Amino acid sequence: MNGSGPAAGSSRAAALTLAWRFASFRSEGFPVLPVLILSVLVLVAVFANVLAPHDPEVGALGDRFRPPAWQEGGTRDHLLGTDHLGRDVLSRLVFGARVSLVVGFMAVIFAGILGTALGILSGYLGGWVDQVIMRVTDAWLALPALTFAIFLAAIVGPSAMNIVIILAAVYWTRYARVIRGEVLSLKERDFVRLAIVAGCSKRTIMRRHILPNVVNSGIVLATLMLGVVIVTEASLSFLGVGVPPPKPAWGLMLADGKKGLMAGYWWLTVLPGTCIMLLVLSANLLGDWLRVKFDPQLRQL
Amino acid sequence: MKRFIVKRLGFAVISLFLLSLTIFVFVRVTGDPAVLLVEPGASAADLAAIREQFGLDRPLWVQYGSFLAHLARGDLGQSFYYKTDVLELYLSRLPSSLLLAAVAMTFSLVIGIPTGVIAAVRVNGWWDSAGKVFALLGLSLPSFWVGLLMILFFSVYLGWLPSSGSGTVWHVLMPAFALGWYFAAAHMRLTRSSMLEVLGSEYVKLARLKGLPEALVIAKHALKNALIPVLTLAGINLVLMINVAVVVETVFAWPGIGRLLYEGIAFRDFPVVQAIVLLGGAMIVAVNLVVDVLYAVIDPRIRYER
Repeated sequence: MNGSGPAAGSSRAAALTLAWRFASFRSEGFPVLPVLILSVLVLVAVFANVLAPHDPEVGALGDRFRPPAWQEGGTRDHLLGTDHLGRDVLSRLVFGARVSLVVGFMAVIFAGILGTALGILSGYLGGWVDQVIMRVTDAWLALPALTFAIFLAAIVGPSAMNIVIILAAVYWTRYARVIRGEVLSLKERDFVRLAIVAGCSKRTIMRRHILPNVVNSGIVLATLMLGVVIVTEASLSFLGVGVPPPKPAWGLMLADGKKGLMAGYWWLTVLPGTCIMLLVLSANLLGDWLRVKFDPQLRQL
Repeated sequence: MKRFIVKRLGFAVISLFLLSLTIFVFVRVTGDPAVLLVEPGASAADLAAIREQFGLDRPLWVQYGSFLAHLARGDLGQSFYYKTDVLELYLSRLPSSLLLAAVAMTFSLVIGIPTGVIAAVRVNGWWDSAGKVFALLGLSLPSFWVGLLMILFFSVYLGWLPSSGSGTVWHVLMPAFALGWYFAAAHMRLTRSSMLEVLGSEYVKLARLKGLPEALVIAKHALKNALIPVLTLAGINLVLMINVAVVVETVFAWPGIGRLLYEGIAFRDFPVVQAIVLLGGAMIVAVNLVVDVLYAVIDPRIRYER
């Protein structure tokens, strides 16, 4: 994005620019709000046991479809209402943060390790290794990500750990592509040539000289991928091939919430979706900022 | 030119081959494929019969050969649930998917192109800022949640639009918007950057020097050229829309390919799931090939690269 230079124009533009600085759409400003939201979500996930007022997986059928406390019929016991099984929505949202973040982070890290390793091998070794890895990358990139993930989930069956593996298997190609490109330019640089002259083995060069120089890009990509991965996980759970019930995943809550949608039980649809949106939006904003800050080469992504 | 096309065609064939190999390997290494290929709850005798029928006792490379041979003949297996040929089933759902994708594409272009142009013309102004927020929201909101919110608002609260099904113009509006929303953001971003590039070019400067009104410069000289990459992306996205609509189609019970995929999962109808993945990948390989070749025809510089 073209983020340089102060906004010229009306005072309205200036006011919005100020508001933006705060929400940090701009490269100069640290994304305060997104980082704050992410930190809160991480804390909520870590201390879910302490924060959740009820057991997220057990409900009382007598308490079905209770609206949030401020609406008529709501009770203070269930601040954000209950779902179709009488389970406390707030508790499920709190534990859902844990599921989303654990699955999201792990998938992004696994995909990153696999993609970075293959990207370095492909870029540095070249030749047939490069050809094989890149052709596979091309073929996998051609598969629509969500459809591919659904296919894999249909084979291995649903579980939180399987979802992590599936997401890593689907998304490593994004890293491999970018990292390979970086390695291609790195390997022409003097420090790599000197290392070759000094007699370093290929393994040592890749590990000691190439890897540290692509870690930045890897981290930027991982942050940008976090949002994508979390939406995919939510979609899989929504379709019933993700995190298996009764675990409290946000995508699963949306699928359950659909049962009460036509009756107007808005909280079951609006609240989990808002959580997904906040998490994804924050991750994207942070990723955008990191990209512009640390990795100008990735700007065109 | 010929060499370029042959080379690109070769890459496409390799991609298709690797796609089929990927699918094949995943099915074979992750357990007993016979379990996936029989109906749930089948007896041990049925399992043995399936192994016999599909030759699952033969060496892997022989199996892969016959898998490819079946694919080449357009034989994607039989659906357990519908008891029909999978390819026929797929083709019967394709028109619905195409209709949804076409309307969604119209939405995304009607929203994406004007906002992108305005953002580029008023770069760093209020409109540009609003456009960035819109693009960010478009890329961050899961499309199925947008769909659910629309049902809540337009069907439940206002009662204006039907919440699910198909048949009338009204039915297609919400699923198409939910699906097109994400792509509108992508099209807006590309229109903006493409427009910015064109506006800085020599011939636009010349058009301005000639004293043409700015509106005419933008509409006639700049936009026409700026739209080339956008329409290319739109072409690719149209194919993508058919293949990523699964959640939106599930939300709105829209009878397209995505809904078929969902039914495939729900009824454990594995041949259907496998076919949709394969055909989706093949479609995308094909559209990428077409775009590359068309670009090479239009722009000779591309032919001599690499």
